This record gives sequence, structure tokens and C-alpha cells, in this order.
Amino acid sequence: MENEMEIIFDAVSDNEAFARVAVAAFVSNLNPTMEELADIKTAVSEAVTNSIIHGYENLYGYGRPGRCPADRKKTNEGKVRIRCVLEDDVLHIQVTDKGKGIENVEQAMEPLYTTKPELERSGMGFAFMEAFMDDLEVESTPGEGTVVSMTKKLGVSAWIDGKEQ
Amino acid sequence: MNQVMEDDFQVIDNCLMIRLPEEIDHHRAGYISENADRHLMRSDVQNVVFDFENTRFMDSSGIGVIMGRYRKISCFGGKVYVVHADSQILRILRVSGLQKVVEIM
Ligand SMILES: Nc1ncnc2c1ncn2[C@@H]1O[C@H](COP(=O)(O)OP(=O)(O)O)[C@@H](O)[C@H]1O
Ligand SMILES: [Mg+2]
Repeated sequence: MENEMEIIFDAVSDNEAFARVAVAAFVSNLNPTMEELADIKTAVSEAVTNSIIHGYENLYGYGRPGRCPADRKKTNEGKVRIRCVLEDDVLHIQVTDKGKGIENVEQAMEPLYTTKPELERSGMGFAFMEAFMDDLEVESTPGEGTVVSMTKKLGVSAWIDGKEQ
Repeated sequence: MNQVMEDDFQVIDNCLMIRLPEEIDHHRAGYISENADRHLMRSDVQNVVFDFENTRFMDSSGIGVIMGRYRKISCFGGKVYVVHADSQILRILRVSGLQKVVEIM
């Protein structure tokens, strides 16, 4: 069975939670385990956050109760697109932005590498996507944007607490 | 309750206790760090305790929050503690390598 969905939303941090929940809901028919759902949500959150803060440089995740200070309101226009395809029990996720792109993808994917240490980014985003999904591919063109493609087979749940790595 | 509130930050003896929200992502990380740092400026605070009791989701933004506080206090001999972390949070800490620098209780 094949099933497909696509969502396009503004590249602002308010949408990070929406994006990962939407993808989790899309696969819910397959009765994924809690671990699988958590893996998918983490990976989607990483890719979407990267598009927002690195691709479009909308830097301020805030989440403060009440009003947002004026200097944090300004956002660069841009959309993030998520396309999911379920082929039987294999989930393909593609997160696309038309942001500034990555000069050196190999370097960007190294654990702890970040171009925004001042934002307390840990440089673990790609490492998490790699750890929590079965396959990760990144295509990027400077000035044009980035496509992150991830795949995960559901229903295998090889995860046993404490036994991995 | 997914908002971070003022009373989620409490100083008990020389520890800053931070009750973390249900989900920790980039959207919420800034607020947690800022409030934590405001309390850390008080010189009597030496250690930080991150309480994950209510937390069901964290991505690498949370790693940045913990690492950032660790850097601020470790040079003064302070420690970072993680309490009530569920298996998913523990897994995130392990993959990130953070379990080597924080005390998990
Ligand atoms: N969508 C993107 N657009 C532009 N640059 C990106 C994108 N995704 C990742 N990057 C670059 O790759 C680096 C590493 O990403 P990541 O591993 O998620 O770490 P972090 O987000 O903590 O910096 C980022 O600091 C950034 O320079
Ligand atoms: Mg990232």
C-alpha cells in the first residue's frame, strides 16, 4: 500500500511542534511503537528546525508566555515543505527549504559542527537524524536551498533500552 | 502544560532546580536558557538540576540548553544533574554524549 502526504508551512519556530506531530499522526495507522514515534518526531524536529534557523535564519525560538518582544518578531519569509510517502511499512520523509543552502554538506553533517554556536546550537541535529532514522541523505545548493531525505522502516523496533551502541 | 512559568525555576540551597516543559525544542529553548542564566548570576547558585518529570519530547535544542549551562557552572566546580528522565530522554542524552558530563539520577 502506498500513502502520501505533503504539508507546506511558514518557516517560524511556532511550527516546529506542529510539523513533528503531523508526521507522527500520518503514520499512526501503522501502530508504531512509542520509540518509533519518538524517533520520527525527533528527526523531523531537527530537519525542520534547521530549515527555519539555518536555511531562512529565523533565529528566535522563544516560547515565552505572553507577548513576544518586538526585536524578536521579525522573520524572513519562507516556507518549509514536508513530503511523506509510506510504502507499506517504510516511511520516506523529505524536508525541503529554499533557504540559503549549505556550502559543505559533509562538514555540516559532522557531529558537534555548528555555524551558530552563539544560539547554543549543539551541532547534533544531523547526528540525531542519522541515529534515529535508517537512512539520511542531504542535498543542498548554496543560494537555492536544502533537501533532507530520511527513511525509516516501521515495525522492527530494534531498540532495546541500554543495548544500542 | 507546555509553557515555561516563572515558578519552574527555584533556588534551593546552592542548586537551581529547573522544571522543564512537556516538550523542549528550539522554540522553547531560549526561554529556558535565559531564565536559568538570570538565576545563575546569583553567586550562591553552584549546581543546576534539570527535572524532566513532565518532559515527553526533547531534540538537540535541549542538548544545547544543558551544554550551555554546564559550560557556565563547571568552571566554578558546579555540577549539572538530570532527574526523572524517561527512556526516550535518556536515549537522547546517550546519543549526544551528554551522559558523560552530567550526573543522571
Ligand atoms: N536547512 C539548512 N540550511 C542551511 N544550513 C543548514 C541547514 N541544515 C543544516 N545546516 C548547517 O549545518 C550545520 C549543522 O546542522 P546540525 O547538525 O543540525 O547542527 P545545529 O543545528 O545544532 O547547528 C548547521 O549549523 C548549519 O550550518
Ligand atoms: Mg540543527
